[in-house]
Amino acid sequence: MNPQAIIDGLISGSTIGLGAIGLTLTYSILRFANFTHGDFLAWGAYLTLTVAGVLGGLAAGLGAPVYPFSFGWGLPLAMFGGVVLTVALTLGLDRILFGRLRARGADAIIVVMASFGASMALRSLLEFIFTAKPAYFTKALQIAKPLGLGMRATPDQLLMIGLTALLVLALHLLVTRSATGRAMRAVSENPGLAGVYGVDVDKVIRVTWIIGASMACIAGVMAGLLVQIRPYMGFDLLLPLFSAAILGGIGSIPGAMLGGLIIGLAEAFAVQIVGAEWRAAISFIILVLVLMLRPQGLFGQREA
Amino acid sequence: MTALSLADLQAGYDPDLPIVKGVSFTVKKGEAVCILGPNGAGKSTMIKAVAGLVRSFGGQVHLGGRDVTGLASHVLVRNGMGFVPQTENIFTRLSITENLQIAAQLLPRQDRAGRIEAMLDMFPDLGSRPRELAGALSGGQRQMLAAARALLTEPQVLMLDEPSAGLSPKLVAQVFDTLRRISQTGVTLILVEQNVRAALALTDRALVLVDGKLAHDGPTDALHDGKFLGELFLGNRADEAIR
Repeated sequence: MNPQAIIDGLISGSTIGLGAIGLTLTYSILRFANFTHGDFLAWGAYLTLTVAGVLGGLAAGLGAPVYPFSFGWGLPLAMFGGVVLTVALTLGLDRILFGRLRARGADAIIVVMASFGASMALRSLLEFIFTAKPAYFTKALQIAKPLGLGMRATPDQLLMIGLTALLVLALHLLVTRSATGRAMRAVSENPGLAGVYGVDVDKVIRVTWIIGASMACIAGVMAGLLVQIRPYMGFDLLLPLFSAAILGGIGSIPGAMLGGLIIGLAEAFAVQIVGAEWRAAISFIILVLVLMLRPQGLFGQREA
Repeated sequence: MTALSLADLQAGYDPDLPIVKGVSFTVKKGEAVCILGPNGAGKSTMIKAVAGLVRSFGGQVHLGGRDVTGLASHVLVRNGMGFVPQTENIFTRLSITENLQIAAQLLPRQDRAGRIEAMLDMFPDLGSRPRELAGALSGGQRQMLAAARALLTEPQVLMLDEPSAGLSPKLVAQVFDTLRRISQTGVTLILVEQNVRAALALTDRALVLVDGKLAHDGPTDALHDGKFLGELFLGNRADEAIR
């Protein structure tokens, strides 16, 4: 077996894990499976691409690659803009759709169906604006460098893994050590009681969207940078995202990340062992196994 | 001075089927009041409506002279309302200290640690293991944590919904002893309770609610004779009082 599968799995697992973090937070605090989350990844990538284009038009030097990476300073700056715009998109969607359903006390299944519809609308809108033709942040070629033990990775890939580790650590500390995180955990357990404790539940919901959208945008940019940008890129990741969130345990940030890495590694090894055509099935198999054997996931808590 | 007043409050889950049907009363600052009544009388719904957890369809609620009708629960807490629900009144997945820290966010930063310490001193059962998950506490200890959380922000009015529900007689005595200590601090206490004898012993005044309406409002002394209360609960006198 080629050990390169470990690096490949860690790289795709990083993207899945970051995406799954937003999904698991939305699931635990807003209490519905948000099918639009995959599209937030795609929108994040396209919005970043658009901002990068604007920045490139303003200052051509920003697009020049910075050694050893395949992209210039324009991309991190554009990603910041992309995060802001993706957050605005999610908050807008919450205001016009999910927030109204919450206020009416709609059943979870209604909200899930609404998210399914919104997902299709968002995806179609992307295709309408940007067409289905793949787009790229950079067309510069990178040579993968040897890491030892038969593994190789490009500087972009290593940067993505490092960035993911930093983001997960920062988010974990935010949720476990800060007042905002305590309020999020409180709302996740019992939103009505959180209000009695003095927690502004609407504010916590906004913070959840902000974190989820930010992570989705960054995951979308990572996926776009390492492969390509397509309107369906988020939709294609939806099953791995759900599998990772459920495998890690709903509400757990380290769990979502670990779930993402496990899915990524399982996919990479499956490609080598049983063939690339089975890659998509891996997430589904893991999801079914987790739901049958340990529905609360690795770090989740069993319902009382 | 009035701590809380209700004027013709109507509340429930469906505007066509109100559970609380026009209740009015006033509670003075520092007073300890119990709300009694048979099952389904609307006692819990009424204090939940006052606490912002159940919709009110009509009438007004004033807290410390300010109209707080229809305000969200977190806004009411910031205005001096403390409420301890009957069940699910603590966050079981958070530690004892974290439960208190959430409530302490409403206080000025410099006061938070001191108030948490004060609550842990007031309830030694909690103070001896502040990092333990609240879910590991016994029923009585959970009620103490819920009360400590509500007291932490020094509310003008503290409302408790059946704090003795589901507890063993020993724990009930423990909880009422805690409530007695709380009442002695001068906090306005409003207690919904099924344990009539314990509630009457703790409070100065009793309100009896029957079928969503106030059937009696007077000193607790008048109710120590169980016959009068029985008649109120069972209907004869309640019908007359409501009429």
